[in-house]
Amino acid sequence: MSVIYILWLREVKKYLRSRVQIVASLGSPLMYLAVLGFGLGPVFQRAGEGKYIQFMAPGVIGMTVLFTSMFSGIAMLWDRQFGFLKETLVAPVPRLLIMIGRTLGGATVAVLQGALIFVVTLIVGFRPASLLAVPLAFLVIALIAVIFSALATAIGSSIKEMQGFQMVMNFLVMPLFFLSGAIYPLEGLPKVLAAFTRVDPLTYGVDGVRGVLIGRTHFGVTLDIAVLLGVGILFVMFGAWRFSKLEA
Amino acid sequence: MSDRAIIRVQHVVKSFGKVTAVNDASFEVRAGEIFAFLGPNGAGKTTTIKMLTTLLRPTSGTLELDGLDPTQHQNEVRRRFGVVFQDPSLDSELTAWENLDIHGVLYHVPRHIRRERSETLLKMFELWDRRDDLVKTFSGGMKRRLEIARGLLHTPKVLFLDEPTLGLDPQSRNQMWTLVGNLNRAEGVTVFLTTHYMDEADRVAGRIAVIDHGRIVAIGSSAELKQQTGADSLEAAFLKLTGTTIRDESATAADQMRQVSRVWRR
Ligand SMILES: Nc1ncnc2c1ncn2[C@@H]1O[C@H](COP(=O)(O)OP(=O)(O)OP(=O)(O)O)[C@@H](O)[C@H]1O
Ligand SMILES: [Mg+2]
Repeated sequence: MSVIYILWLREVKKYLRSRVQIVASLGSPLMYLAVLGFGLGPVFQRAGEGKYIQFMAPGVIGMTVLFTSMFSGIAMLWDRQFGFLKETLVAPVPRLLIMIGRTLGGATVAVLQGALIFVVTLIVGFRPASLLAVPLAFLVIALIAVIFSALATAIGSSIKEMQGFQMVMNFLVMPLFFLSGAIYPLEGLPKVLAAFTRVDPLTYGVDGVRGVLIGRTHFGVTLDIAVLLGVGILFVMFGAWRFSKLEA
Repeated sequence: MSDRAIIRVQHVVKSFGKVTAVNDASFEVRAGEIFAFLGPNGAGKTTTIKMLTTLLRPTSGTLELDGLDPTQHQNEVRRRFGVVFQDPSLDSELTAWENLDIHGVLYHVPRHIRRERSETLLKMFELWDRRDDLVKTFSGGMKRRLEIARGLLHTPKVLFLDEPTLGLDPQSRNQMWTLVGNLNRAEGVTVFLTTHYMDEADRVAGRIAVIDHGRIVAIGSSAELKQQTGADSLEAAFLKLTGTTIRDESATAADQMRQVSRVWRR
């Protein structure tokens, strides 16, 4: 337990220390909120869908959690390049504990960043249906964070170069975001697109957060949480397996 | 120092595809001694250390550390050694104290002992005043000292130092060897070091093994090596044993690629 805790603490400490990075990483969610909010808001409202910010805020929170979680994969490449990873790999502890500590740390950082964005959306006018729903929403957010931190661990264990991670960002993370229904409703999509959205775990995450916070959901919150739990377990196992194969 | 062998390497071979990094190496390190591995670039020093520290499996042959096989008893072996790798492995975004603390937890050192020992080591390595500073603000010499202190935190029986003085100025090198020598005397920790600097091996090591192209070409005290080769300095003995070609120039293109990629990949 103490091994998991100390590696978790390491990630959280490093996050809290990187003030500049925290502020900088608010950039792209803010941009989406502003540009899409102003740009699509009027169309959205005319289509009878209500206020776009209400719809959009859970999507932007989901996006932030996705990006931040995937970033912990870069942190792993970093540790590989600057050697700290080796220090943990020659320690007399099972690799699984190391993987869990790192992944939970990455996930916690993502949740913290999600909370920060949540506060920002409140400031720009987002209003959850009830405050009592917020803790449940964070449970869903935590699931999203674990899923993608575990995926990041798997990817970080499998590739060695930073360029490789660029590819992952472009060909995996961006599609995960755009296919998730974070910025558009899932109703009435063309069949092919609908099929893609259904295999994207983030879709269920965003749908769950939206369902809990504003009562609007495509799949139902129960199904969302069930899918997230299932995928979470699967991805953690996958990440642990990849991490156990990693060569120092 | 006793005559008991704490490290025993017998007919060990390690190949990477077509490259044979270690080629039928056999030697013993005695408990409590300072043992130097001396050899040119690409001789197989790091590969040998990686096998002894459980990071690589030998292609053939047997290894033993404190009577245990690193390939069979990974965790028991890991508890018994501390290692400073050729490439730095500190977390530079954390403080010196935090780096030691994580290490202590990873090695199951109880909290009060962890604190006491961290304090002792930081004071000994002249880093106590800087314990709460981020490692990224440290000089190269300070980082190296911190890595050695960290490697000793769990009171290992063997300390591996892979080119610990690379890139340090003469003052720092001198200080480091004095510290390592003191620790070796005070705690009886066996030190297994690699270096390119002949004067260092000459000064600190009780026994020296010269390795070249993955083979142990000579082994003994500095005086014995000089006597064997009829050379008047260890440097001359070394050149007689390993030839005078400069390895980096004779390296194949593939070798050089690896050197370059190693900088990026580790
Ligand atoms: N992972 C690897 N894959 C392929 N070849 C390797 C690998 N690691 C080492 N080698 C090869 O094994 C040989 C020995 O390398 P090693 O790193 O053990 O040398 P060294 O004595 O530590 O050299 P240096 O003084 O440069 O650190 C070299 O020819 C190197 O090219
Ligand atoms: Mg080496």
